[in-house]
Amino acid sequence: MTWTTALDVVAAICMLSGALFALIAALGVLRLPDLLSRMHAATKPQVLGLLLVLTGLGLHVREPELIGILVLIGFFQMITSPVATHMVGRAAFRARLVDTEGLVVDELSQLDNGEEPRGAP
Amino acid sequence: MSPQLRTTRRGDVRPARYQALQPAAVVWLTLVWVVLWRDLSLGNLVLGLVVAVVVCVVFPLPPVRMRMRIRPAALAWTVVRFLADVVVSSVHVAYAVLRPRHRPRNAVIEVDLTSSSDLVLTIVAQMTSLIPGSIVVEARRSTHTLFLHVFDVGDAESADRFRGTVLAQEARVLRALGAGSPADAPEGATG
Repeated sequence: MTWTTALDVVAAICMLSGALFALIAALGVLRLPDLLSRMHAATKPQVLGLLLVLTGLGLHVREPELIGILVLIGFFQMITSPVATHMVGRAAFRARLVDTEGLVVDELSQLDNGEEPRGAP
Repeated sequence: MSPQLRTTRRGDVRPARYQALQPAAVVWLTLVWVVLWRDLSLGNLVLGLVVAVVVCVVFPLPPVRMRMRIRPAALAWTVVRFLADVVVSSVHVAYAVLRPRHRPRNAVIEVDLTSSSDLVLTIVAQMTSLIPGSIVVEARRSTHTLFLHVFDVGDAESADRFRGTVLAQEARVLRALGAGSPADAPEGATG
């Protein structure tokens, strides 16, 4: 078995497991009961799945200039995905669309009306 | 949120402009441009530089007011620990998704960060969104407080323990950035 075959096998494993995580993320968005839980499913397994697929791609293609793009894709995904999730979660909380029954602790709803005090920087 | 106000000599009050051209941002944007085009020729480099300058001038950002001395070992440890945590939390969420008839017991907790730096607040918020089973639902810059939604936490005690996890995360970031003990973080005092 040559090195290229070994790398291709590892690449295949990475891609398959990455695809599996992406599938689980999709299932989670469907199956979980409330919005914020679904946001968890949309961030974590999805990002890990994408990173694994990108790793697999890099191991399979083995071209230096492509690796730069793959790293950028992974980096921007890790930066933007939490922001998108945060915006959706924050909007849901402010619009009082969050199902607070399922929460064991809720330290945000106890505060004022969720607004930041005026005059904050 | 709002930029600080500055009174000009004529007496009008208007927002202070940020210094638009920050060298690090220009270098980073040029690098992204070159990587995206996959072409390291001189012409492309110059074009990327022009685009980077235009972007920086059109969308000025506040400067990072923080004395940083990056410690490579601590930074590497933070990254390794972060990637490990990404895997752990992904598997945790995946397991919770696949369990039949399982209703996750979530919590919303408040974490007061020790550092008063906006940069640290941002980094910790980003990292805690990917790990360890939490998303940020509200961030308050004035008090440096994060409100996190914690997934499948179980009971109130573990929700309380989770606060410690986030603070440990912050401590790792602070060590990696060489910001030292939170007390001597230089900025933010003007609040």
